[in-house]
Amino acid sequence: MWARAVHLCLRAAARGRRGFTSKADPQGSGRVTGELIQHLERLSLVDFGSQEAVARLEKAIAFADRLRAVNTDGVEPMESVLEDRCLYLRSDNVVEGNCAEELLQNSHRVVEEYFVAPPGNISWSKLDEKQPFPHH
Amino acid sequence: MAAPMLRWCCPGRRFAFTRVGCGSCHRRGPPTGSTSNGKRGQSTVAQQPHITAQKPRKGEREWAAVVGLEIHAQIASNSKLFSGSQVHFAAPPNSLVSFFDASLPGTLPVLNRRCVEAAVMTGLALDCHINRKSLFDRKHYFYADLPAGYQITQQRLPIAVNGSLAYSVSVGRKPSQMVTRTVRVKQIQLEQDSGKSLHDDLRSQTLIDLNRAGIGLLEVVLEPDMSCGEEAATAVRELQLILQALGTSQANMAEGQLRVDANISVHRPGEPLGVRTEVKNLNSARFLARAIDYEIQRQINELENGGEILNETRSFDYKLGCTVPMRDKEGKQDYRFMPEPNLPPLLLYDSGSLPSGADPQQVIDIDRLRERLPELPRVTRERLVRQYGMLPEHSCALLNEVGLLEFFQSVIKETRAEPKKVTSWVLNTFLGFLKQQNLAVSESPVTPSALAELLDLLDRKAISSSAAKQVFEELWRNEGKTPAQIVAEKKLELLQDLEALEQLCRSTLEAHPHVVMDLKRGNPRAINKLIGLVRKATLGRADPTAIKEVLERQLSS
Repeated sequence: MWARAVHLCLRAAARGRRGFTSKADPQGSGRVTGELIQHLERLSLVDFGSQEAVARLEKAIAFADRLRAVNTDGVEPMESVLEDRCLYLRSDNVVEGNCAEELLQNSHRVVEEYFVAPPGNISWSKLDEKQPFPHH
Repeated sequence: MAAPMLRWCCPGRRFAFTRVGCGSCHRRGPPTGSTSNGKRGQSTVAQQPHITAQKPRKGEREWAAVVGLEIHAQIASNSKLFSGSQVHFAAPPNSLVSFFDASLPGTLPVLNRRCVEAAVMTGLALDCHINRKSLFDRKHYFYADLPAGYQITQQRLPIAVNGSLAYSVSVGRKPSQMVTRTVRVKQIQLEQDSGKSLHDDLRSQTLIDLNRAGIGLLEVVLEPDMSCGEEAATAVRELQLILQALGTSQANMAEGQLRVDANISVHRPGEPLGVRTEVKNLNSARFLARAIDYEIQRQINELENGGEILNETRSFDYKLGCTVPMRDKEGKQDYRFMPEPNLPPLLLYDSGSLPSGADPQQVIDIDRLRERLPELPRVTRERLVRQYGMLPEHSCALLNEVGLLEFFQSVIKETRAEPKKVTSWVLNTFLGFLKQQNLAVSESPVTPSALAELLDLLDRKAISSSAAKQVFEELWRNEGKTPAQIVAEKKLELLQDLEALEQLCRSTLEAHPHVVMDLKRGNPRAINKLIGLVRKATLGRADPTAIKEVLERQLSS
């Protein structure tokens, strides 16, 4: 998802402002360390379970790095692509709810109209139990 | 209970909780009210009152504690912050949940106008600068009661910043020795509440109810300008009163509408601030001060014994009366803040900048909200003192009980009695009865009209004050009788017949010549005996002062 966001920003930036001035390449080739992968997996609960996934990540980082080629001195960064839109204010009326049955159908397990989740948070030890994967 | 808790003290304060082995708390060093530069009663913003150890220990030096607070108040609105499902305390699980609250794909947040107004009003009441533009962000973390995996909050640019909250603490033994302190309000932000989890350890599962998920919260961040549990508790109480007066939150801690997290550290005065811990789960007004003081003492003990303080999150265990580390959070949380892509910036206006021809439903005018702000508690208390000549602690007491001020004002309106009398009756007798039976003002069997009528009778001297107390007790029994009826039934009217009183006095004097002689010989207490005898004879219906006057007149003739 964020790759798409990056894509949009890049397009907006390239839309004919100043030319591409080359900046010194600050990061070298975006090598992703095994430690970083572990950290990312823990944060996002996304499984970087293969070489291919890491390679894709590195390519995405390299792609985004091309942003640095754009000179943005003195340019106010955008907050979002919606920043010029009007934020709609809704009146404080109750118009939704009362659909417990429908919502509970989405849940794998249900106990008396409660959603059932595993205890506490996702146990880190469970993640460690997966087969070790050769990091760079 | 934990080890000795009072080896330091917040100047001039009696602690409510049990003390182990220590006598009453005394102050050491300069009283905080008058700081070294002699300014009394001024707000002390950055000044930390010194906290001295009560018993001299090795190399006895002082410790100073620093307390900051993050307060979450549920906004009193009909519907949630970003969706149209209902805000209500007790309801069948998951019945007040919309598709957005359940984070079903394809749903989008739609901001509730009322919540924005509540935030602006609270910001204005706390003297904050209202940001004309504020932004929404996503704060990511994984927990079953947060279906989206992120909370929408305002991290980069909150709606209000840089305000202050004033509160009064007593600095002496007497309740009248009060001093005003201020704590800076760092910011106020709008954010979503999470759902509720019920842990079922037996079956190793957690039950999730999303009724609370998405309710609007005001997070009020108070800078670490407070130095002990009492100051923190008082500041929270004042904030509670302000929110209730504004109507922006009912701020009822018991119902989870007001939750407090404290950031606490200790250091030696003059040295840099110590490592702080965060204490969560402070959801009871009663235990707030106690928990904070416990943590301060724990940190002092730890450091004095050569240990060190970990920057950790702790929880207050109500049963044990101490703070315990929370389940390990696996290192520092990385919330991966990012702008909320589905919400444009929130723009607020004032009368000068209102866009012409705009739909009034779609614009928020800060000036109009400022005009409509109700009277704040601080102003109300000052007004009561001015208007009715009552003491500050009385005005505090009137505001401290839900509904008491309205009751008081209703009585004042209907009675001819002096305000001081009304104040005394409401705060002593009426409140006393309520507290004895643990009733709220709304549950009182005595109405303001009834009390007003009673006070009128007293004012007219139709009954004595002891008779009035009897009538009040009768009224409390709520048998539907008016004060006048009770007075008639129990024959409590003051003897109006002066002739009859004179008769009774004369006959009493005649019947007790030895007491009269005693009096004539100069025993001043003899007169009281005579008064008592006459009162008995009148079945308590004569006013003692009147009796005294008649007797003295008769004796001197």
